[in-house]
Amino acid sequence: MEECIRLEYDVDGNNFSSAGNASESVKRTLKQLGVDAASVRRVAIAMYEGEINMVIHAHGGKAIAEIYPERIDIYLKDSGPGIADIDLAMKAGYSTATENIRSLGFGAGMGLPNMKKYSDDMQIDSTVGVGTTVFLRICF
Amino acid sequence: MAVTLKTVVLESEKCIGCITCMRRCPTEAIRIENGKAKILYDKCINCGECIRSCKGGAKRPVYDSFDLVASYKYKIALPSPSLFGQFNNLDDPNYVIEGLLALGFDEVFEVGLAAELVTDCTKKLMQEEGLTRPVISTACPAVAELILLKFHELADHMLPVYAPAKIAAKLAKKQALERGIPADDIGIFFISPCPAKVYSLHREEVSNEKYISGVLSQSDIYFRLVEKMNKIKNPRKIGKCGYSGIGWGSSGGESNSLGLGNYIHCSGTRNVLELLKEMGDGKLDGVDFVEMNMCPGGCVGGVLNVENAFIARNRMRQLADKMRIPPATMADYGLDENFFLWDKIPEPSTSFQLDKNRFVAMQKLMKVEEYLKKLPGIDCGACGAPTCRCHAEDVVMNGGTLDCVKLEERK
Repeated sequence: MEECIRLEYDVDGNNFSSAGNASESVKRTLKQLGVDAASVRRVAIAMYEGEINMVIHAHGGKAIAEIYPERIDIYLKDSGPGIADIDLAMKAGYSTATENIRSLGFGAGMGLPNMKKYSDDMQIDSTVGVGTTVFLRICF
Repeated sequence: MAVTLKTVVLESEKCIGCITCMRRCPTEAIRIENGKAKILYDKCINCGECIRSCKGGAKRPVYDSFDLVASYKYKIALPSPSLFGQFNNLDDPNYVIEGLLALGFDEVFEVGLAAELVTDCTKKLMQEEGLTRPVISTACPAVAELILLKFHELADHMLPVYAPAKIAAKLAKKQALERGIPADDIGIFFISPCPAKVYSLHREEVSNEKYISGVLSQSDIYFRLVEKMNKIKNPRKIGKCGYSGIGWGSSGGESNSLGLGNYIHCSGTRNVLELLKEMGDGKLDGVDFVEMNMCPGGCVGGVLNVENAFIARNRMRQLADKMRIPPATMADYGLDENFFLWDKIPEPSTSFQLDKNRFVAMQKLMKVEEYLKKLPGIDCGACGAPTCRCHAEDVVMNGGTLDCVKLEERK
């Protein structure tokens, strides 16, 4: 198996201000490895959006980053309500976020589309009532 | 980053090895070794936070001596906007200008005036395509260094325009040469509120030419200047800087002058770090301009000032009300954007990279993570590093073994 650095984070579902801690740590790590600035930025935005999604929709979860020399694989796992219609959820502007969330400037329906835009590969595995795992791959 | 100049030095006998400066340093560039603070200059951005926080006065700023001024035949002083906030009951900026002339300068070129020209240039650039938004102001050299050191992903947002002090030096030199003064006779001296500007003006990171002959400290010239100012009655109307230029001395002055609706300004090391992090996450999309100052309150908060930042801000606001001169434009001085644009794009620093080789860097990082699992994670600072992570990285990078009081306790 190819050698990788595996980093694991708990994403706290009750704390908006801590969302972004995992992406911040990954960002720091990538910079230490000398990953180019454009790739770092893509990872940061995609992962941050994923963390926010877990906080807004799923009461938190786990973020796992596997860093390889030429890429990063990110797994965002939650035990939230699941996504009923993935194609619809992927549409820019579609959101199920509440008014409360929107008033904070989130829930514009750009989370998943942005994650797709900034990653090289994205897979969503979701079961209603069980939870969702989003896989993101970003190549440097 | 090749460091050839230090703007902060340690007066070793005054340092008691407390960890205050190490904790406050925004780039984790201080360690305590053998009971004394040590600056890692390749990670230092010259912000002056360690000077500000040292209770014993062991951190000393470095700047040029006033005696250097006398070695030039034609001496030009460049006072920063913040200098005008340092005097009680000052109701006319011309007292300061006359005071500088009385100190022996042949000419005074206000940096506030150059700031107005930078505003005009920035406005023009913001109207054109080509700048990556949000545009980040590069007027605060410590912020610019911070981005190059730790926020590479935001480097293409930096406004590629010289800071006002540089423009003041460049324009003052141009005008003096045009008047036939020999180049070797011209001495140009910026009077600085902070060590970061001392550093940036002596380096040629973004320009091919230096323009500046020396950088003096506001606090160093303060008393001799006040002495001269006290003797002045009815100063001449020499100053050309208006309310807009002097506003640059306080946080928000630069962004206010641009007439934009969607902008953010913030100041203070922690706030700047937080905002840069948010920007890196893409949270500032839609914002046009971001002005950040490392010093609390803006340049008035620099460690080479004499007066409290907020008292100085209040004075400058009142003074600005009396300075009814409209902002200068590039056209007034026959200039275009090319006069303001950087000659070259600065290189991001690799000081935080564990190794140039990605594979070796990964090996080192795995070692760091392994050490981190052993360390208590309380960031107590007793080992002489600001965090457990820093200590783990130091050991991996420099060799040695983990040196942790908590680990010792467990044995």
